[in-house]
Amino acid sequence: MKSENGQKPRIAIFKLASCDGCQLTLLDAEEELLSVLGAVDIGWFPEATPQVLKPPYDIGLVEGSITTHHDAEYIHQVRRQCDILIAIGACATSGGIQALRNFQDLGSTLRKVYATPASISALKMSTPVSDHVPVDFELRGCPISKAQLLDVLSAILTGRAPNIPTGSVCNDCKRRGNTCVLVARGIPCIGPATQAGCGGICPAWGRGCYGCFGPMESANTASLRDRLVGLGQSSAEITRTFRRFNAWTWPFREISEKAERGEITK
Amino acid sequence: MSQTRTIKLDTLARLEGEGSLYVRFSGSHVSDVKLRIPEPPRLFEGILEGRSYDELPDIVARICGICPIAHQMASVHAVEQAFNVAIHPSVRALRRLFYCGEWIESHALHIYLLHAPDYLGYADVIGLARDHKPRVEAGLKLKKTGNDLMAVMGGREIHPVSACAGGFYRVPTVAELRKMREPLQEARDLAVETVRFVAGFEFPDFEQNYEFVALSHPDEYAINEGRVISSGGLDIAVEAYLDHFVERQVAHSHALHSAIRGRGSYLVGPLARFNLNFGRLPGSVRELANEAGVMPPCRNPFKGIVVRAIETVFACEESLRIIDEYEPPQAPCADFKPQAGVGQACTEAPRGLLFHRYEFDDSGTILSARIIPPTAQCLKRMEEDLYFLVGQMASLTTPELTHRCEQAIRNYDPCISCATHFLDVTVERD
Repeated sequence: MKSENGQKPRIAIFKLASCDGCQLTLLDAEEELLSVLGAVDIGWFPEATPQVLKPPYDIGLVEGSITTHHDAEYIHQVRRQCDILIAIGACATSGGIQALRNFQDLGSTLRKVYATPASISALKMSTPVSDHVPVDFELRGCPISKAQLLDVLSAILTGRAPNIPTGSVCNDCKRRGNTCVLVARGIPCIGPATQAGCGGICPAWGRGCYGCFGPMESANTASLRDRLVGLGQSSAEITRTFRRFNAWTWPFREISEKAERGEITK
Repeated sequence: MSQTRTIKLDTLARLEGEGSLYVRFSGSHVSDVKLRIPEPPRLFEGILEGRSYDELPDIVARICGICPIAHQMASVHAVEQAFNVAIHPSVRALRRLFYCGEWIESHALHIYLLHAPDYLGYADVIGLARDHKPRVEAGLKLKKTGNDLMAVMGGREIHPVSACAGGFYRVPTVAELRKMREPLQEARDLAVETVRFVAGFEFPDFEQNYEFVALSHPDEYAINEGRVISSGGLDIAVEAYLDHFVERQVAHSHALHSAIRGRGSYLVGPLARFNLNFGRLPGSVRELANEAGVMPPCRNPFKGIVVRAIETVFACEESLRIIDEYEPPQAPCADFKPQAGVGQACTEAPRGLLFHRYEFDDSGTILSARIIPPTAQCLKRMEEDLYFLVGQMASLTTPELTHRCEQAIRNYDPCISCATHFLDVTVERD
């Protein structure tokens, strides 16, 4: 990719409500970092540099969810500044862990926890970037995968489509050679409904997948829920199981809300 | 009559998270210092209520992508205290090893990518790498070893998946850990080079009479457990933390300010640990500190970068020691049952003391949560540093002074993501 004036492409990295882990993933690409930084001009990346280039930017990466009035306006400005806008991580693609507030009454939570809650600017909901502006690509994960981030960046820079698998974590487990924790040990695992990308690490560590890459395409969550019920999970446990780092994304949200209402079939 | 000047930075760069700074002064008289934390609150304590104890390490990791292990460790120790769980000595050693990985990574990140450019006159690591490429590559290699150690222990470096109350979901084999020996030996050498590199920087002549606060343990350089001690004579069990430290909500910031009850601000972090626990460092590391010309009591916050490098050497050596002595436990995780009660723990995050407290019902459901990260504990002290710094260096031009202020904030390696989440805690108890 070259900008119209023949310069290196300009990249900008924005942060909303988040833990910083997804933009840290770029700095964690130690072996590739200097070549990535050499291939682009950084327009906005305050975590790494105070230098600012005037917009527009060719590529914008946005980390974090929309949780304040300020950010709900700011994201429109970000969108206008970026030719290609990529939402990175569970916060930006689903509302993230802070979307657990969406299932609570924010007003009572604030009153309970703040000395002076009136000074706090918070929206009732934590929502993904795509609820507010069109997004060109979403990179899943809590945190995102370094390999996937580098793939998307090189895809854009070389003008090809990103190579991001949309199958389930089960595929990751097969590739890694994991014994299935759900089948062999009866451990609750939502890998069958979760998008691949992590490399199947939780089952490799002897525990069930907790869904940090969010629902896969056409996930059969109802069938998985029935399996979890068969393993003895209560409605409350099923609600929690699907209500973690991508809680606000359909169909994880659908299952957790149904379980919360007690609508579980045997 | 001196002219009134202001320093105003809407976006402080090279920090973990976003902050802004406002200083107003006239001559050497500073009338206002405000370090604003505009990042949105994420309401962690609120969303933890009603969750199960066994979800804690996964959820609290998400407070911070830079120090997830610090939060995971504090949370599992708190659960173990509440449920009276005794952990296997090998598990204890592995947790220390895990934490060393985070220290190495976080310190190397801060030294090379965020802080060193200040001392050498570069805007960022890109400029630094242009003139000092081998040095930056060495720093990145050191950082990578920390990350690799965390990935061996926990599956990935950001939000690893292995930690649980009672131990780990799975512990590494001896062979898996042995593979880290060679990289860690190299990292140790790179860290020693780093100490020599940063010790050669020029440091502003600026000393403050801090009250240093850190965990302290009789047998080791404290990371995961100990008593909370201070250079002002404080020596308390972790359970007494809330009796001695108070937080106040301030109007200009989305983070609370901590103070020692009846005294005021205090300093946590590498400088505090180094000054209070120097005697627990191995002889080799103490000698290196001596060679670098940084010995306790070090009261110059700009020398924190040297102390961070010294701690990185220690973390590499400590990792090698643990790996060499490692014998896998019979079971990765202790057996236990949840019980109603309160659990509290402090651990040493890379940037300082971290406090977690939880209240559980008899099924292990969280009734209340309270988390006090190091950056929130340092905010008041950071503002005071800026106040004195601007007063002392008022003869500088505004751009020079602005740069000094930014550097002074970076001395703390502040983690704004952590500090912000903390906003949702109950406060104002004086």
